[in-house]
Amino acid sequence: MNAPVLTREQREAKLEGMGCKRKRVEDIRFTQGKGNYVDDLKLPGMLFGDFVRSPYAHARVKKIDGSKAEKVPGVLAVITAETLKTVNLAWMPTLAGDVQMVLADGKVLFQNQEVAFVVAVDRYAAADGVEAVEVEYEDLPALIDPFKALAPDAPLLREDLKDKMTGAHGPRKHHNHIFEWSMGDKDLTDAAFAKAEVTTKDIISYHRTHPTPLETCQCVASFDKIKGELTVWGTFQAPHVIRTVASLLSKIPEHKIHVIAPDIGGGFGNKVGAYPGYICAIVASIVTGKPVKWVEDRIENLTATSFARDYHMTTEIAATRDGKVTGLRVHVLADHGGFDACADPSKWPAGFFNIVTGSYDFPVAHLVVDGIYTNKAPGGVAYRCSFRVTEAAYCIERAMDIMAQKLGMDPAEFRLKNFIKREQFPYHSALGWEYDSGDYHTAMNKAMEAINYKGLRAEQAAKREAFKRGETREIMGIGVTFFTEIVGAGPSRNCDILGVAMFDSCEIRVHPTGAAIARMGTKSQGQGHETTYAQIIATEIGIAADNIMVEEGNTDTAPYGLGTYGSRSTPVAGAAIAMAARKIKAKAQMIAAYMLEVHEDDLEWDIDGFRVKGLPEKSKSMTEIAWAAYNKPPPGLEPGLEAVSYYDPPNMTYPFGAYFCAMDIDVDTGVYKVRRFYALDDCGTRINPMIIEGQVHGGLTEAFAIAMGQEIRYDEMGNVLTGSFMDFFVPTAVETPNWETDFTVTPSPHHPIGAKGVGESPNVGGVPCFSNAVNDAFSFLGTKHIQMPHDYWRNWVVAEGLGLHK
Amino acid sequence: MIPGPFSYHRPKSISEATGLLADLGEQSRVLAGGQSLIPMMKLRLAAPEHLIDIGAIAELKGVQRKGSTLVIGATTTQHELQQSKVATDAAPILLEASLLIADPQVRYVGTLGGNVANGDPGNDMPAVMMCLDATYRLTGSGGSRSVKARDFYQGTYVTALKPGEIVTAIEMPVPPAGHGWAYEKLKRKIGDYATAAAGAVLTVSRGKVATCTIALSNLSDTAVLATDAAKAVIGTALEKPAVEAAMKAARAVMSPASDTRGTSDYRIHVGGIMVERALKKAFSRAKG
Ligand SMILES: Cc1cc2nc3c(=O)[nH]c(=O)nc-3n(C[C@H](O)[C@H](O)[C@H](O)COP(=O)(O)OP(=O)(O)OC[C@H]3O[C@@H](n4cnc5c(N)ncnc54)[C@H](O)[C@@H]3O)c2cc1C
Repeated sequence: MNAPVLTREQREAKLEGMGCKRKRVEDIRFTQGKGNYVDDLKLPGMLFGDFVRSPYAHARVKKIDGSKAEKVPGVLAVITAETLKTVNLAWMPTLAGDVQMVLADGKVLFQNQEVAFVVAVDRYAAADGVEAVEVEYEDLPALIDPFKALAPDAPLLREDLKDKMTGAHGPRKHHNHIFEWSMGDKDLTDAAFAKAEVTTKDIISYHRTHPTPLETCQCVASFDKIKGELTVWGTFQAPHVIRTVASLLSKIPEHKIHVIAPDIGGGFGNKVGAYPGYICAIVASIVTGKPVKWVEDRIENLTATSFARDYHMTTEIAATRDGKVTGLRVHVLADHGGFDACADPSKWPAGFFNIVTGSYDFPVAHLVVDGIYTNKAPGGVAYRCSFRVTEAAYCIERAMDIMAQKLGMDPAEFRLKNFIKREQFPYHSALGWEYDSGDYHTAMNKAMEAINYKGLRAEQAAKREAFKRGETREIMGIGVTFFTEIVGAGPSRNCDILGVAMFDSCEIRVHPTGAAIARMGTKSQGQGHETTYAQIIATEIGIAADNIMVEEGNTDTAPYGLGTYGSRSTPVAGAAIAMAARKIKAKAQMIAAYMLEVHEDDLEWDIDGFRVKGLPEKSKSMTEIAWAAYNKPPPGLEPGLEAVSYYDPPNMTYPFGAYFCAMDIDVDTGVYKVRRFYALDDCGTRINPMIIEGQVHGGLTEAFAIAMGQEIRYDEMGNVLTGSFMDFFVPTAVETPNWETDFTVTPSPHHPIGAKGVGESPNVGGVPCFSNAVNDAFSFLGTKHIQMPHDYWRNWVVAEGLGLHK
Repeated sequence: MIPGPFSYHRPKSISEATGLLADLGEQSRVLAGGQSLIPMMKLRLAAPEHLIDIGAIAELKGVQRKGSTLVIGATTTQHELQQSKVATDAAPILLEASLLIADPQVRYVGTLGGNVANGDPGNDMPAVMMCLDATYRLTGSGGSRSVKARDFYQGTYVTALKPGEIVTAIEMPVPPAGHGWAYEKLKRKIGDYATAAAGAVLTVSRGKVATCTIALSNLSDTAVLATDAAKAVIGTALEKPAVEAAMKAARAVMSPASDTRGTSDYRIHVGGIMVERALKKAFSRAKG
């Protein structure tokens, strides 16, 4: 039976390839409660582990007595650092070149640090066992304020490093110092400042917060003593890296370790690193010979697994009186907590913070980052951003506003005046990056028109007058932001994690009937890879996206890759997908030529197959070619139709965007209302506009949370004050503003499909936009820089300080 | 986030429940909607050995109007309260305040009795009950008694409830027709307790406030009746000086702790503003 003849448009539409608003295929299971998460896993005889945690931020651990706990019905073992020492696992390496205690070894360095691991037959018995463990502590003075860390008399936190004055990134200048990292030209920058007409200098802090995925960190470890094989199911954003690290630590050969990341309920950077829970579950499984599950609760997630930010950035801009920037100087005090557990590429202790010159043509710049220890939880992960890029974007976008204010210039105009121009790309920044492509002026002008920027400013001017006359207690702020990101880590010449180069991979197998399976080294945590990756393949080789299964997360079947974070999936794995598809297409062309009895060069690609040039009726569809590939391959060509590609990107990609926000603040209560938020994103080629929009909505919601109240806050004793959702701000649909999205398209010149990555842009650009709006609201009353987060109370404190409540 | 071990009882009658409480003693605890108790158990801040779930006791449910008195069964949920025209017609402040409590999920199971018996200053209903001059019916194995909401609260989690007693019903005089009401609550987000909240119930005669009660939530270690603040507006048409005097008097009885919602001085400042807003809204709603 012949299928009806389809028009070209119909054939194209059927593929649901790139550019199509294809509905997310994974949502069919997610919205019906049929996802398969780590905690859904139930194995025969499975045990549960739970942690005894430190109530103190800094204390000596004098004694751990597990004897009562071991008598609790159902409790099988209490594991301490002493137990772990017998297998040389009391400490573990971090991704940042530091070491971290798995369980408290002599002292604790942050509140809720893991002290002992109780293994029991179920989670209830484990929790009762935790209650019964007796720990004797000797309280030590806690160091919480990063600005006091390097004082000569600051308490010594890391006794293990006392005599080690060289760390993974060079010399340490104090017992609480981790590294100093610098970029740029100091002398030229100093010279630019010496002759500058106008300068600004401000401490711009980006407070500590937390990625807070809906699903917390968790794993099940199962060691098979007979086979000597270890299987670990876990919430891993980078499963292959976990496998390699597990092999290096446990000495189990890598082929006998099976790491599987099933469905993941959000990651945002929280699930990149390795945590004590994983190590303890693995050791417990090796010791007991049974599978052991560890599941973090919300408080544990917020207080112990990786935080984000905590960057304190002294920022100076030099400019001419007429508003041209001439130099940038930034010093960062980077608070890493008790251990340096940042998840950055290994050679980048402050990530890609040197993107801090942003979208502007700074002739010179100099950057120094000092990493320090405090008595807070370890981490420093990229919470929905490329490594330290959101800190950098916040820093420059606030600083540009401060300078505009000082110059008496409109912040949008000031930006337009200093943008890198379209013809300057590829652009070499003063801090060492090569920006691939951009058209900032077009994007900014489009955005300003879309929101009627002039109109908003006029409205604001009128409202300010009314405020001064006492007719309203509301002030209006307009947030302006233009960010440039750097994503897609990354080229092997400068990016690796513990020596593993940061390529990514894809393997595609086309089955005889023309359906296909594709596997990658990345791992979706909600980004929609199953949907978008199939769209890339659909466009590249003409198989309908619905006939392509995308599978990730099983290290036995997926090709090696570095996982998903830092918006690297599309820039790196997305490129590998296109390259693997193109290998398949090349073979398909040979087969089609044989089938059509023409020379390969006489064929051209046409949506979903090859046709003979000039004879469009002579064609072979990909389905026909696939069948032939297996069953009637050309003589001399081996059967089958599959390909693997490992992609080492030549450069990063540089997405950008223009964001605007209009907000009103009631000076009597501090209550704000976001009236409008407009986000224009340029992420190069757009694979699935609906998914892009969804990513932007989600990222903006996180940005809104962070800027307006979300924080991990400690008191001076080191107690976490925001350890649950009562106090850690996660907005609901009620608080979340309405998002207006827009775009321009400036493809990446070096990426096979021109795509740049978008998942993190809204978090990166959103935070400064909200903060700039609050700052802009108050600026006419004489404020210069107001630190985040801008919750109601803090807004009120600003108003109080301005004498507005008299 | 896993509670300690406990046993669970589900009595069918008030007497069975009070009997269980008497027999099991100190280590037993009434469970109503569980929306305050269960979180505390999960944090192991509470570790009762016996939970007496009063959810199956039919006598504790329902809303009735008996003449000029409104009687609300203790296990009536916030959602049921909101749906009860009898209750919300008689005292619309019940609806306004109830809708500001937590979120819909919590309100489907959280009960009015639990809210008033809990003794947390963050609960919203105690202040509303003070405004309405409600009375709680308490029953123990030894019999029943009544305590006014205004006399019930002694400190954080300390109330007039004696061991073994259950709140069985909340009774209140129906406010006069044409009264004005308002409950104003400042919170950080849906599901949050008040940074500051104030309720006001008043009557107006010839354009002037005739009677007025004001009560505050989460601004002290218990809900408080702001008597002087109410006095300050009686006989006025809420002119600026009267409102300012009321705010000042109300602020004088506030002593909130500093917490992540803000410092004590912030909460007192906005507490005054909640009083102002509640008064103005109540006044604008009143007829007379
Ligand atoms: C996320 C969240 C947000 C919340 N926000 C708010 C809010 O904004 N405002 C607010 O007011 N509340 C809030 N609550 C609390 C909620 O309203 C509870 O439902 C209420 O405090 C207790 O009622 P319950 O029926 O759940 O009682 P339970 O939790 O079952 O019991 C609470 C206490 O009262 C005792 N008790 C219960 N019923 C009786 C009775 N009939 N007689 C004697 N003792 C009794 C119990 O023994 C226990 O000590 C929130 C709760 C959550 C989980």
